[in-house]
Amino acid sequence: MNQHILEIHDLKRSYGKKVALDGVSLSVPAGGVFGLLGGNGAGKTTVLRHTLGLLAAQSGSVRVFGLDPVADPVGTLARIGYLSENRDLPDWMRIHQLISYSQAFYPNWDPDYAESLRNLFELDPKAFVRSLSRGQRARAGLLVALAHRPDLLILDEPSSGLDPVVRRDILGAIIRTIADEGRTVLFSSHLLDEVERVADRIAILHQGRIQLCARMDQVLSGHSRVQLRFSSAVSHFPPAGIWIHSEGSGHDWSLVAEAGIENIRAEVARLQAEILSVDPMNLDDIFVARTAGKPLAAGVRA
Amino acid sequence: MHIHISTQDGVPIYLQIVRQIRHQVASGILAPGRELPSIRDLAEKLLVNPNTVARAYRELETAGLVEKRRTSGTYVAEGPSPLARREKLRVLSERVDGLLAEASQMQVPLEDLVDLLHQRARALAKKPSLQNPEDHAS
Repeated sequence: MNQHILEIHDLKRSYGKKVALDGVSLSVPAGGVFGLLGGNGAGKTTVLRHTLGLLAAQSGSVRVFGLDPVADPVGTLARIGYLSENRDLPDWMRIHQLISYSQAFYPNWDPDYAESLRNLFELDPKAFVRSLSRGQRARAGLLVALAHRPDLLILDEPSSGLDPVVRRDILGAIIRTIADEGRTVLFSSHLLDEVERVADRIAILHQGRIQLCARMDQVLSGHSRVQLRFSSAVSHFPPAGIWIHSEGSGHDWSLVAEAGIENIRAEVARLQAEILSVDPMNLDDIFVARTAGKPLAAGVRA
Repeated sequence: MHIHISTQDGVPIYLQIVRQIRHQVASGILAPGRELPSIRDLAEKLLVNPNTVARAYRELETAGLVEKRRTSGTYVAEGPSPLARREKLRVLSERVDGLLAEASQMQVPLEDLVDLLHQRARALAKKPSLQNPEDHAS
């Protein structure tokens, strides 16, 4: 039994000259919530589409439940629930048709669960998919993704553009899904507040590369903002070593460290500087420090 | 049980839960023997990962503040816990640290601050309605 639900190794993907994924490696362990973070165009959807077998790896490998999703779509897709970013649903169907249509694809479809979700989400069985509001459409997509109780639930930007009430539904569904033992959720988002709430682990994808992949608590405790004062003015302080981001001028600099306090003290002493403050950072700040001002080299190289 | 989660200040969520329950136990808002919500219910209510709530409960259990009962859920520990006093002092220490930092920033000397504490205690003693700042705050 493979203990990783998803394993991606050195995955590369180009669209023409544009490099979308530049050697992505990821392991998603079974159970828990894995958050894939990145700005627009970072490559999140491309990673998810490989996971679903919708794209074949140009180089590198993708294994879901230990299987190649392109070679064995039946063995993988039956165990995956997927909510796409565009909520692709057949517009011409009514809700009750959508439910029976989707049921036909999944041997493990649970009609009672589907009905309870339909009630919870207040979806009118006679309503046409095309007439649904944005929020109701997301709920209908979520119903289809959940009702066969998948081992792996994949949500691409699940709450993008939705009001807080629908966002609560979706976060609640993620939480209930993993509260049922052993299930795994992989979701992409740029809403860092909800990622911080629900994810056990995160990966930050930036310009086709994984910048960081770790447990959420380690991500938060592993980064600090350090204000320091140099004894003599410094005109240029590029990030290196434990420092992953820097801004400032002259004597006063604000740095982001990926290190424990002991290492920070040692480094600052070596720089002959004085620590003014060391503060914890939220995921938002860490994300910015990890992705801002990175050279474009990887993303646009032919 | 009311718990507020913030993702603004970089404090891990499990720690926010631990601190707020500790505080509510130390201040008597959560009485001994009171049952805490199940991990799943609290996770759904706060919209946080159930593993995060489980971790918070584990830490509280290790600290002796709550106990798991075999057949049912998690309860606030019974009786005068030997940790209760330490807990109260720990909660107060956090507040005192903040106060000291603020006083130092405003360049108020420690002696003045101690005088102020005594003065405020006398003033509050005269107004019984304000004696319980916890009720006042909530």
